[in-house]
Amino acid sequence: MSESKIIEKNGVSESFHQENFRRRSRYTAVFISLAVAFFVIIVVNINSGNVNIPISRILEILFTKTGDPKEVDIIWRIRLPRILMAAMLGGALSLSGFLLQTFFENPIAGPFVLGISSGAKMVVAFTMIFSLSLGYTMNSYSLIAAAFVGSLISIGFILLVSRRVNNNMAALLVAGIMIGYICSAITDFIVTFASDSDIVNLHGWSLGSFSGMSWSNVKITAVVVGITFILTFLCSKPIGAYQLGEAYAQSIGVNIKFFRVALIMLSSLFSATVTAFAGPISFVGIAVPFLIKGALGTSKPIVVIPATFVGGAVFCMFCDLVARLAFAPLELNISTVTSIFGAPVVIYMMINRRRG
Amino acid sequence: MSGKYFELSNLSVGYNRNVLIRDICLDIKKGEIVTLIGPNGAGKSTILKSITRQLEIIGGQVLFDSREIRSITYKELSTKMAVVLTERLKTELLTCHDIVATGRYPYTGRLGILSEEDEEKVDEALKAVNALDLGSRDFNAISDGQKQRILLARAICQDPEIIILDEPTSFLDIRYKLELLSILGRMAKEKGITIIMTLHEIDLAQKISDKIVCVSGDHITRYGSPQEIFREDIIRELYNIDNGFFDPVFGSIELMKPSGEEPQIFVISSGGTGIPVFRELQKTNTAFAAGVLYTNDIDYQLARLLACHVVTEKPFEEMGDEAIERAKELIEKCPRVINAGVPIGTQNRRIKELLDLAEEQGKLEEI
Repeated sequence: MSESKIIEKNGVSESFHQENFRRRSRYTAVFISLAVAFFVIIVVNINSGNVNIPISRILEILFTKTGDPKEVDIIWRIRLPRILMAAMLGGALSLSGFLLQTFFENPIAGPFVLGISSGAKMVVAFTMIFSLSLGYTMNSYSLIAAAFVGSLISIGFILLVSRRVNNNMAALLVAGIMIGYICSAITDFIVTFASDSDIVNLHGWSLGSFSGMSWSNVKITAVVVGITFILTFLCSKPIGAYQLGEAYAQSIGVNIKFFRVALIMLSSLFSATVTAFAGPISFVGIAVPFLIKGALGTSKPIVVIPATFVGGAVFCMFCDLVARLAFAPLELNISTVTSIFGAPVVIYMMINRRRG
Repeated sequence: MSGKYFELSNLSVGYNRNVLIRDICLDIKKGEIVTLIGPNGAGKSTILKSITRQLEIIGGQVLFDSREIRSITYKELSTKMAVVLTERLKTELLTCHDIVATGRYPYTGRLGILSEEDEEKVDEALKAVNALDLGSRDFNAISDGQKQRILLARAICQDPEIIILDEPTSFLDIRYKLELLSILGRMAKEKGITIIMTLHEIDLAQKISDKIVCVSGDHITRYGSPQEIFREDIIRELYNIDNGFFDPVFGSIELMKPSGEEPQIFVISSGGTGIPVFRELQKTNTAFAAGVLYTNDIDYQLARLLACHVVTEKPFEEMGDEAIERAKELIEKCPRVINAGVPIGTQNRRIKELLDLAEEQGKLEEI
């Protein structure tokens, strides 16, 4: 009797170990696949375009900066900064979505559907035109700051509404979409009064695009997104607690008031950086975290956060590739492409949730 | 040990500064099981939410080991107090093991990675609630009863001194209810964990609790041992029962007695044989009389509540003329007489007279 119990106990603890092992192998597999995809996409992205540069020469140019000066120029001045921006901003956008989903306990929350990107766009457009009319051009930091303010305005509205509708998922989304429309309308209104030269600039940007990125953009984005990412990763423990709901999170020692503010700030910083440089980009923030969680088979933040960042990078680089090449030499808006790939994922998600 | 362990002193609780319940004074000892009972909406959960600091305390104070609870940081409090709440968890892709492991949160490092010891604690907690086999299952894919056990394991895993549970037995079938409560009992007795909870099942509350708190209106109406609280009148008043009875002997709830003052059936029984008959008659709303019952007979406890007339005799006495005559009178009036089974000995041999009378009149039915 006692013997059989011991065996049973061993059996159970062994199965736990097996389980742990299986999970870790799965995480490793996902990370390796993401890393492979990441590098493949980078190479393909650099390789293709109006001017095709063979892979052998790409490596040479990347590491030695020598070769055909025209090709060096294309890679170093155009394609590399663009792809790095797509990677960093894609990661930032996905994490922004993940944080908002955690905050609202709602898997369909994201910076675009909640109108946060549109709020950022509105304030950026406003400050851009205003400063241009005064004869200043905005630097990258003030662009980010303006986008951040815009994000916070939208999120403030959403928070007010969510309190009234008791976090009802559908009502929240409707409110977000409405705020998005209002902000876009105001943006259009502002644009109407802008001078022609500004409009050209603004129009391309406000539809979302990774084109025309400079190395100074890359540096600033690396700093802002890098710091925000580290802070977010360090929050993975309280985020994990928050997934159980506020009351439980508090009961295991999370200072909820402080943490809620931190979540909002981090997600706004991410989406503000994206909007400041690339304009509003749709669906990435919802689709990527969902796909990553599915691939990992868990929603534990400590693995989901880094994987989501890399996943978002891969997704956006891929979409940017499509945007550049699908109808070359014409270039598509990045949002057009992310919608085509992202929206079906979101629809699939909603159908699946109903069933589950 | 000084008696003051967890003390609520003149506590007022409520939402948004609106006081719902005022002047709560309770003194809870270490290792006690304290259960809050009272009608729906009385504010039992509000009290629990206030002492776990989910709601602002409006007045008075909560002292935990002589320290005002609001002066303890959330972090420190989390190593001493765990909760099991009524709200449903909305998780995705988390296993039961993951959920339980969140109980280790106060003890893990910055990134919350579990140490060997933490893993052992998780296993121990899962074992304590008999859920080791659930560890690798998705939390969303298990039954309510299993979920409740996992949530309890989560609380146990937090290594608390106090566990606070809001209606832990709702949604559970009787087997899980018993299992859950016996685990709580074990935690309190073996590990000295103090348990404060709300329960709707007053019969279970009576059996598991060391202390009972009655919450009704805007204050605590009573606080005491189950023996002191579980009395017909107190429970009737607490829940404002006007359509049934609380039976303090068994802690059970009985429905209202059949209407009508004229008995249709006379039941002769003894030692519990009458109980199913009484319940059956209650269901068909048939007024009945019962007798002759000794007042220490188990049948008497129910007949007292459900029958319109009960003929009684003092325990261990021979059945006297008065009781027998009264019973005969009733048998004369009733169209039917049911003999639910009664052993006849020297003390109650005159029951035979009743049976004979009924037989004579062709009314007797045996079961």
